[in-house]
Amino acid sequence: MKSLDELRKIRDQVRKDLELRGGQHRAKVVVCMGTCGIAAGARETMKAILDTLEAEKVTDVAVVAAGCQGFCEQEPLVEIHLRDAAPVRYGHVDAEKAARIVREHILGGHTVDELVFG
Amino acid sequence: MAKPRAYIMVPVDADTVIIGAREVKSRFSAELGRRGLADEVRVLEVGSFGPTNAGVIAAVQPDGVVYGRLTPADVPGIVEEHFVKGRICGRYVLPREYPPEVPSDDDARRTQQVGRVVLDNCGRIDPERIEEYIAGEGYFALGRAVGEMTPAQVLDVVEKSGLRGRGGAGFPTGRKWRFCASAPGDVKYVICNADEGEPGTFKDRLIMEGDPHKVLEGMALCGYAIGARMGYVYIRGEYKLSIERMQKAIDQAREYGLLGKGLFGSAFDFDVDIKIGAGAYVCGEETALIESMEGKRGLPRLKPPFPAQCGYLCKPTNVNNVETLAAVPAILRHGADWFRSMGTEGTPGTKVYTVLGHVNRPGLIEVQAGITLREILNDYAGGMASGTFKMAHLGGTAGEILGAEMLDVPMDYDAMQKVGHVLGSGAILIMNESVGINDYLDACMRFFKHESCGNCNPCRNGLHALCGITGRLKAKEGYPGDVALMEELVMSLKTVAFCPLGQSPAGPVMSALRYFRAEVEAGVDPTRVRPKPAHSHLEKVELGV
Repeated sequence: MKSLDELRKIRDQVRKDLELRGGQHRAKVVVCMGTCGIAAGARETMKAILDTLEAEKVTDVAVVAAGCQGFCEQEPLVEIHLRDAAPVRYGHVDAEKAARIVREHILGGHTVDELVFG
Repeated sequence: MAKPRAYIMVPVDADTVIIGAREVKSRFSAELGRRGLADEVRVLEVGSFGPTNAGVIAAVQPDGVVYGRLTPADVPGIVEEHFVKGRICGRYVLPREYPPEVPSDDDARRTQQVGRVVLDNCGRIDPERIEEYIAGEGYFALGRAVGEMTPAQVLDVVEKSGLRGRGGAGFPTGRKWRFCASAPGDVKYVICNADEGEPGTFKDRLIMEGDPHKVLEGMALCGYAIGARMGYVYIRGEYKLSIERMQKAIDQAREYGLLGKGLFGSAFDFDVDIKIGAGAYVCGEETALIESMEGKRGLPRLKPPFPAQCGYLCKPTNVNNVETLAAVPAILRHGADWFRSMGTEGTPGTKVYTVLGHVNRPGLIEVQAGITLREILNDYAGGMASGTFKMAHLGGTAGEILGAEMLDVPMDYDAMQKVGHVLGSGAILIMNESVGINDYLDACMRFFKHESCGNCNPCRNGLHALCGITGRLKAKEGYPGDVALMEELVMSLKTVAFCPLGQSPAGPVMSALRYFRAEVEAGVDPTRVRPKPAHSHLEKVELGV
């Protein structure tokens, strides 16, 4: 170790990993992954969400799986919990819509009205 | 490797290893692999979360779910339910207050975690990856100190912070460092005292197991401030996992050039090595520890000269407790005023305690210095598990026994001293009315007798005699005069014993008499007659007249 800059480089590389383990997140994304959700493609939806977040270099968003919520017909279901706001639920979220929701709702702050379910 | 979505954090420390934490952890990895989730969910080994009665724990982050009392057989079900189907397995989830150290997204960080100084990384980072320590600003204090400060400035910050030795005595750390810094000589040593022998104290072990690099950084900062180029961690042999993790930390720090020659491109060299003790209680005393490090029998030295003048290999040596050194990097990073903003005037900062006994949530906590025993008992340890509070033994066997009237005294060094007590090393053993004071005192005295090194006569023979008395009182067969004799014995030991071991029985005995004299005296059988000693001059001695 020759300088603080070297240390800073290591810190910045690893810090992102740690943020997920801390308590504070800008948003929480809940993907319903009951049997119904998985059958409807929730796994691909989740992957798309994770990929989009990574592509946008966002580290302070928690992506959490949840069970069936009783709206099996609307699966895959995704809930977006922004800090200090009521959760918004989207239905029939495929990979493409998932990416759009991440960009417009989480990053942009605007609800994607035409996809909202309840 | 893809960025994981979630982490399963399994605290692996010496206690949980025994009950199968490693098996649970590897079962998680295997099951996640089988389900094709290995990239998405990562399994981590971390340090202790704190509680010691929750079995093997696995915390899932960022979900904020904490599973407890797990066996490997529970794992496939959890993986299927939680990670494949997204349903939390309620029956394994620990109650909300467990463990307070795991932050969750739903409730803002609880008071428990605010202002953690020593344990901030414990249970959060992988103690075997130096990069995770660095990610939490680790080694930055060292880098800045070496690059931008003089040793005298570092010393000033530590002195101004008011940090006091966390091993039990509470001696101001800055002053201790100054003694060593101003001692003549080119070769000096830093020793980290990780002998932790007080029964019921295991905070140092969990610090080393959860965040070993913090201890190393503290040692290096101390070395820089006092002009030492070599440090040793003296760890007792029973602490196998601590030794393993400290060694791994040292190897990684050397690899990164954070230990070794020319740190941060300066002229400052510092390296650390581990010395393994054989687990003798007396070796926690700093001069006995130094003797033991030199390969001799662990017997205390006569002071003065103090280690700051003539310590290891008769060079100026500074010995600090693990917790003390672990507080130093944060002090350097945030400044003395920040540290002073916590705790009390006389005891700034935080204190790590191990709470055990008849409480609902035994375990490791870090709190602001100066909160009361009642707050610790009710807010952190979850109240009494059974019965009502009778007494607390602070600071391990050598510490003092407190009755219920002391529940509201602030736990800092000065406030305790004002009411005639000492704070001690950080163990808090809480007992309910089922514990008889004479049974308890006898157990304490037998411990001292067993651990006496035998070097000085008062301790060797005095403890033998004490055990005779406490044994009789316990059996309700005490001779009339036994209680007075016990008092006289411990007080003379306090005056004449060579080292703190022999001086210590006075703590538990005198404090027990202060709160529970009637109960102690109930162990005397007034009808018994003390047998006549064979020699009349002995009679005088034994009767204490």
